[in-house]
Amino acid sequence: MLLGLAEEFRSALGPDSVIDDPVRLRTYECDGLTVHRASPGLVVLPETAEEVALVVRACVARGVPYVARGSGTGLSGGALPRTDGVLIVTSRMRRILEIDLDNQRAVVEPGVINLDVSKAVRPDGYYYAPDPSSQQICSIGGNVAENSGGAHCLKYGFTANHVLACEVVTPDGDIVTLDDGPGYDLLGAFVGAEGTLGITTKVTVRLTRTPQTVQTLLAAFPSIETAGAAVSAIIGAGIVPAAIEMMDALAIEAAEAAVACGYPEGAGAVLIVELDGPEVEVAHQFAQVKALCLDAFEQRVARDDADRALIWKGRKSAFAAVGRISPAYIVQDGVVPRTALPGVLAAIDRLSEESGVRVANVFHAGDGNLHPLVLFDDAEPGAEERAETVSGAILDLCVSSGGSITGEHGVGVDKANYMPRMFTEADLDTMQRVRCAFDPPNLCNPGKVFPTPRLCGEIPRVRRGEPEGELF
Amino acid sequence: MPDPRPAEPGEDILGILPERVVRPETVEEAAEAMRKAHADGVTVVPRGNGTRLHWGNAPRSCGLLLDTRSLDRVIEHAAGDLVVTVEAGLPVARLQELLAPARQQLALDSPLDSTVGGVLATASAGPRRLLYGTPRDLLIGVTVIRADGEIVKSGGKVVKNVAGYDLGKLYTGSFGTLGLIVRASFRLHPVPDQSVFVTAVEPDPLRAVLALLHSPLVPSAIEVDGAGRHSTVAALFEGSAAEARAAEAVRLLGGGARVAEEPQWWGRYPEAEVLLEVRAKPSELPEVLALGGSRIRGSAGSGVWFIGTFAASAPDLVARLRRRWTTVVRSAPPRLHGSLDLWGPSPALPLMRRVKDQFDPGHRLSPGRFLGGL
Repeated sequence: MLLGLAEEFRSALGPDSVIDDPVRLRTYECDGLTVHRASPGLVVLPETAEEVALVVRACVARGVPYVARGSGTGLSGGALPRTDGVLIVTSRMRRILEIDLDNQRAVVEPGVINLDVSKAVRPDGYYYAPDPSSQQICSIGGNVAENSGGAHCLKYGFTANHVLACEVVTPDGDIVTLDDGPGYDLLGAFVGAEGTLGITTKVTVRLTRTPQTVQTLLAAFPSIETAGAAVSAIIGAGIVPAAIEMMDALAIEAAEAAVACGYPEGAGAVLIVELDGPEVEVAHQFAQVKALCLDAFEQRVARDDADRALIWKGRKSAFAAVGRISPAYIVQDGVVPRTALPGVLAAIDRLSEESGVRVANVFHAGDGNLHPLVLFDDAEPGAEERAETVSGAILDLCVSSGGSITGEHGVGVDKANYMPRMFTEADLDTMQRVRCAFDPPNLCNPGKVFPTPRLCGEIPRVRRGEPEGELF
Repeated sequence: MPDPRPAEPGEDILGILPERVVRPETVEEAAEAMRKAHADGVTVVPRGNGTRLHWGNAPRSCGLLLDTRSLDRVIEHAAGDLVVTVEAGLPVARLQELLAPARQQLALDSPLDSTVGGVLATASAGPRRLLYGTPRDLLIGVTVIRADGEIVKSGGKVVKNVAGYDLGKLYTGSFGTLGLIVRASFRLHPVPDQSVFVTAVEPDPLRAVLALLHSPLVPSAIEVDGAGRHSTVAALFEGSAAEARAAEAVRLLGGGARVAEEPQWWGRYPEAEVLLEVRAKPSELPEVLALGGSRIRGSAGSGVWFIGTFAASAPDLVARLRRRWTTVVRSAPPRLHGSLDLWGPSPALPLMRRVKDQFDPGHRLSPGRFLGGL
């Protein structure tokens, strides 16, 4: 089956655009979440929407599953390939097609790197607001699939709030543009559907005016509780910072070991609070923020961009840095209502003590998005299982506090089995009706998001060019 | 729940009189009514305060008019989380009153006395869409009663959440054709200390709009009212130092720009027999104004325009506008419905039909109200 496809794709897309050598295929066996691995049956590297459509149509005609992949930085196995399927990699679709500053938008191909959009418009005083930590390598297409957030989504929102239109190759192999035109908001359903409703081939993104000023505060607190109280006070004062990030002592220790970020010694927790916007506005609110961090034993204000980068360096390196203090770790991505933070963190502490599994906490405190890093030694028998248990228990804490099992990493394959903890069977069935509308044969990134696929029943006829009006 | 009653004169939806009317008091009662309608094969049209019931096409039939106005509870206002969960029949204005003591707001303009459910079903937003977005951007969780009476939810009550499909966006603007919206969770915003308007009568409104858009002053809204020499540009600044920003905007615009009271037309639809909504790029403002006639008003910074016109001139105007832009006839007298395609074309219609078939296989929910006869 795949052999025939390989030949077909070679003649249609060119020999360089098809990979079927097992050694090269293995380089695509996982995304950023390496615990799930599967070598794809075949890799194609299309360069146009028409080529993507051709590949999708060929797969559908043969009943072969296919998965789209951007830069492969996802953290939920959303781009995990199928051994019996085709992996469609967008890395050759890297052109910024149009920059329209007057209308504050840019049109880009899906393989374009997130940060490259900002770089292209920064000289003109604009940037692309969603800033996932992987923004130096992750692709816009992947961001669309995952509805990526970032440290600054507290104020600016997520990918879904910054995408104006997507050209999509549907699971029928048609090329359709989804935008804010009349009818159902299919664009809203598509963004964040983790690549299960089709493959985007062109994205129109909103560009945001660079703020007039940015102020960044690093505040060191004796404990998580006092830092958490400062977060509540800031939000309670009606301030919406661009970002509020928190790290606990263990996470600080790791960051210090890795990048020597020079955070104040002896802190039980640090907060990074960033405000941006018009100068008069920021000046007023920044003074308030400093006053509200009254339990902080040290406050440092970034003097310039270099200083700011240094403050952020510790935070941004935290995940990788944990490698310095633990041979292996699981990055969790739960969400709790911000006001539930203190209780949930105390419960995580208890979990950690009872199980003997160390947990470092790094999180977007402003929106309650926790990234506990569950540490373990993969050489020690049973350690990984214990870490998995703690990791799962943390998610249960998030759900029972009224939160979510994922704030920005997505469900993918990794959390599909956790979905019933948040949603009833009927909830999930309803979501899958959208999938059935888009992809009745269930070939487009199958096995992701949902624990069990819904049978779509009779595959509806594609109604092309049918007269509008009465349907029954 | 009181038994369904016969409809009274005046309860028609664009000339279609419902057979029965039901006003459930709880979500469970609403589900029971939906289950019964499902079992009996009856068509259902939801209504809230009826402020936009005349938008869209008339339903093909209405076996049951489901009045949501008694579903008006606030389920939870988590002030510290800036999140509120309410029932769909709650008027938006009432919600804002309830949030005000906490100095919080749902950052949506609702000039009409609409319910939360009505605003969601019609995806309506006002001037501040520029900064805060539209209902889709503020809705973080939703509970819907499906065509078969099942109560289902998506999203949640935390702002940051990517678990599962975001069906809230799909239901938003679906005009009651996919399910009955009964509960909604929203992210809230603080009420700003200062709200200041700047207005200018502008011979060249595009210049003023682009100057504001490209400035670092972060206006919450940039509106334009009227075409020709009487075009007025108005911008809203909100925040703890909005007065200072407004003063900067006055300097930036020059000419006759000044700090002013809220214009009386702010956020209101032009009054006319026929109301059109046009989506253009902000830079296309002069062309839209040239075509739109005198009764035009819109969110110039977002490129969303409302045009009022006479029934007699509507078909021709719509045809001309559609040559360049997405144009939806929001409301028009029913006699025009036969000759005027209210919704206009969409390249995604085949997919939309399939979504409708999945959610409402019997096509019993607000049948015919929507695009493509859905």
